[in-house]
Amino acid sequence: MFQNLGEMILLFGRTVRALPLVWRQRRKVFEQFYDIGNASLLMVCVLSFFIGAVVALQTGPVLVDRALGAALGGIVGISICKELAPVMMAILIAGRNGSAMAAEIGSMQVYQEIDALRTMRIDPVHFLVLPRLVALAVALPLLVLVAIMVGWFGGALVAAYNERIAIGFQAFFENLRDVVALEDVANGLFKSLIFALIVGTVCCHQGLTTRGGPRGIGRSVTKAVVNSIVLIVISDYILTRLLLS
Amino acid sequence: MGPSGSGKSVLLRHIIGLEQPDEGEIRLNGQSVQGSDVLDRYRLAMVFQSAALLNSLTVAENVGLYLAEHRLRPPEEIRRIVSEKLALVGLEGTEDKLPGQLSGGMRKRVAIARALVMEPQLILYDEPTSELDPLSAQVIAEEILSLRDRIGVTSIVVTHDSALAFQVADRIGFLHDGRLVALEKPDQLRAHPDPLLQRFLQARAHRQPQEVAP
Repeated sequence: MFQNLGEMILLFGRTVRALPLVWRQRRKVFEQFYDIGNASLLMVCVLSFFIGAVVALQTGPVLVDRALGAALGGIVGISICKELAPVMMAILIAGRNGSAMAAEIGSMQVYQEIDALRTMRIDPVHFLVLPRLVALAVALPLLVLVAIMVGWFGGALVAAYNERIAIGFQAFFENLRDVVALEDVANGLFKSLIFALIVGTVCCHQGLTTRGGPRGIGRSVTKAVVNSIVLIVISDYILTRLLLS
Repeated sequence: MGPSGSGKSVLLRHIIGLEQPDEGEIRLNGQSVQGSDVLDRYRLAMVFQSAALLNSLTVAENVGLYLAEHRLRPPEEIRRIVSEKLALVGLEGTEDKLPGQLSGGMRKRVAIARALVMEPQLILYDEPTSELDPLSAQVIAEEILSLRDRIGVTSIVVTHDSALAFQVADRIGFLHDGRLVALEKPDQLRAHPDPLLQRFLQARAHRQPQEVAP
């Protein structure tokens, strides 16, 4: 993975340089955006609801036992918006959409479609990578925003109806509002933007470097997803460190 | 023409700039060209062995891709040119089909139409009749010949099918192990003394179906 890091940075740089051309590719951006939303929105809601629920379920009784139950809303709120929603949704998108991107571009590489583009003087970075990266960069923060809301709701529901916690909606959200500032949500959305760029670059790079028939496509998809997840987790630490200071 | 693995397709990929030579140079019209530089100076088009149509686009979008992406014509004119080129290869009315809905022969003809849209100075065909039944192969061969006569475009056809080579070529080169063994007019090539070439031609001849006595 790390030996390709340089190539990935170059690919990202070429895509950024192509940004002025994004209006020309708007139809493809919209198609990709629709695909991402269509494939992932329901999954995002289910996943984030249960993440919020399980965080409340794990921390609620511990806090209540120590008479700290009133802090539950803030703990669920911060952990969901700053950490769990951006990371888990980025991993979900890597598995759901990043893999599809690597497979599609990989099969285009194997079946000479990318060579055909080159012979027509159509840059595969402009034609294939740019729309995917832009669509991901817009879609993932929006999905994370949805995930934050649904996650908070999941946590509040468990806090209210679990007999060992029993903290009402109003108390939960009052504490959440006290603790979570707008910039905490912005912090999570910024992280998700960086994760989107990582997933898009890694998956498109794997697709473009696919070699050797259907087995090569399978290998590329696996590498794309695994490398994306590893880089998401590593960059999450670095971003958290930077944003804390 | 040449056996599999002799470097025919690699030669085409070098001519169109998809690969760079380790040593030596590619010359077009006597001028040296380097890599993708060739596409800046000449309009070259290639018909790939697998046709290489973009599977997510319709036939019309595939054929008009070059014009649309480079914004060379307004959309309605692109539609007209696409229909015209598809008619030229006998595929009227297939504009809205996806490549997956077409036969292998039809996909190759769409690829030829896509090449023609570029109004190329040189068309490179990579194994245009491989993976096709004899009838479709014959249609493609006739298509190549008719384009040569109607449009007057120069073509380089790479094939291991000697029947196709002798049917369409003005000059045939025989490539073996990355080396051009012969480059002759078809009649002269048959009489060429090179043993490898003779073995190749005889092997193909032996594989022609024999007539069954009544």
